[in-house]
Amino acid sequence: MVQHNSLGRKAFVYGNYVLLALIALICIFPLVQVLAISFSSSSAAASGVVKFFPVDFTLDAYKYVAKKPEFIRSFLITLERVALGVSINMLITILIAYPLSKDSSQLRFRTGFVWVFVFTMLFSGGLIPTYVVVKNLHMLNSIWALVIPGAVPIFNVILLLNFFRNIPKELIEASFIDGSSQWNTLWKIVVPVSLPALATITLFATVGHWNSWFDGIIYMNQTDKYPLQSYMQTIIVARDMSNLSADDIMRLKNISDRNIKAAQIFLGALPILLIYPLLQRFFMTGIVLGSVKE
Amino acid sequence: MTKKFKLSDYTLYLMLLPGLALIIIFSYIPMAGLAIGFQQFNPTKGLFGSDYVGLENFKYVYSLDDTMTVLRNTVSIAVMKMAAGLVVPIVVALLLNEVGKVFFRKGVQTLIYLPHFLSWVILSGILMDVLSPSDGIVNQFISFLGFKPIFFLGTPSWFQPMLVISDVWKEFGFNTIVYLAALTGINPNLYEAAQMDGAGRWKQTWHITMPGILPIIILLSTLSLGNVLNAGFDQVFNLYSPVVYSTGDIIDTYVYRLGMINFQFGVATAVGFFKSVVSFILISTSYFLAYRFANYRIF
Repeated sequence: MVQHNSLGRKAFVYGNYVLLALIALICIFPLVQVLAISFSSSSAAASGVVKFFPVDFTLDAYKYVAKKPEFIRSFLITLERVALGVSINMLITILIAYPLSKDSSQLRFRTGFVWVFVFTMLFSGGLIPTYVVVKNLHMLNSIWALVIPGAVPIFNVILLLNFFRNIPKELIEASFIDGSSQWNTLWKIVVPVSLPALATITLFATVGHWNSWFDGIIYMNQTDKYPLQSYMQTIIVARDMSNLSADDIMRLKNISDRNIKAAQIFLGALPILLIYPLLQRFFMTGIVLGSVKE
Repeated sequence: MTKKFKLSDYTLYLMLLPGLALIIIFSYIPMAGLAIGFQQFNPTKGLFGSDYVGLENFKYVYSLDDTMTVLRNTVSIAVMKMAAGLVVPIVVALLLNEVGKVFFRKGVQTLIYLPHFLSWVILSGILMDVLSPSDGIVNQFISFLGFKPIFFLGTPSWFQPMLVISDVWKEFGFNTIVYLAALTGINPNLYEAAQMDGAGRWKQTWHITMPGILPIIILLSTLSLGNVLNAGFDQVFNLYSPVVYSTGDIIDTYVYRLGMINFQFGVATAVGFFKSVVSFILISTSYFLAYRFANYRIF
């Protein structure tokens, strides 16, 4: 391509680099600052001298959080939730997406079934009726309340269903000719060739379960059953002092809690930050693949 | 090609069963539960034992002063977010598209997508710290410039702008992907042809790039119309406080407080019912328009 290296063009190019770098910096700066505060001494954090880098570097805040039973407990609950929730989500998503990816000659009433699922994206009973159903099923205070009501992620089903539809029909027909059943075809042929799409959806489901906090707050009556994000909501955002022990309050007098909050914020985001590079690679292809239609 | 029904095809229906059972229980039964909106709901009597009061709950909600405020807040926050959320990603995508250095473009992309993947709980914790009037870095900077510190999250007039800005901060990077994908789909020959005709960068952007991504702009703005009553529960709930209810309270947070805090189940469900119906009309209309004008299909 012919480049016009006029003065104006040069000015634009350099200005553009600076502007975009600035935009990227604004996106990341608040996170960096919180990280710096978490590694700073409590007095430095409290006096507001911490900018980009930790002042009086120390791991005290992390040591404090590591000994906090509430934090550990809710962390473990979240791990359990992610393991259970993601497996159930994925199983259900695959089991719905495969039949719906067939055409009406193979699955009668296909369009009807699709609408039954899609309608739940358009209209909902809302907060209170859903809560009443969960309560009447005696699921309150159990991990199942966090896993089962959201077990059918319609959006992921649609992504996967569109992906399945683009698998060459010859591949699937060959499997039938070899005498394979629908069930075997799904697990032996369709699932293995769909790994990129499945990886994307698994990551979506993992992030969803990790980040979810509201269901914990409404479905768990006892704070000791809260998953991590719900616990953090009460500690960091709602500033609920009721579940602090007298011992905690004494200690909080000695150390400013700003760096402790920062440490918890960072730890709560850490798993996402760790899988983020993986996530990034997959989700772009995943989204593009899922949105391509015939 | 019409095939005869084979027995093995019934496995397809069996596969659908668990999913159908789950959405019937957790999506369709709650829809029937909207009847609570017409009841003097008593949790001990349940859905079938509670007395019906007709439109009493709706009349009560209509008579409350808060209702209009909440509705106005919801629409104004949602509309501002839609506008900002449309413009910023397009501009950033166009700017990124002009960058020649691949590592720089990838680097910027990686950083701007990141906030999308963090929860509003985490981001609110961060924002509260950064925006704090006493020791937040933003206010330190404002003081440094010689102005008075601003309590961004505790001042009604600042609260809505902060919601819009923080929402853009979280989401623009992710939405930029869509436009970047559309930009790569533009035929490079068009640019060469335009250069032959003596078009500069601006003219190329205006006459080739913009028309190239116009369909996706129209599609996304049409689809966003369905969200007029969704001002973002997670974000508002985590950032607001009673001080800013006058400008920050939205339908979803209002329903939460009426229902889960004040136990006015009937009234809260009535408000939720109103929202569900209006949202359904808006979303269906936006999907229909997207289908008509952009040939968009959900599945």
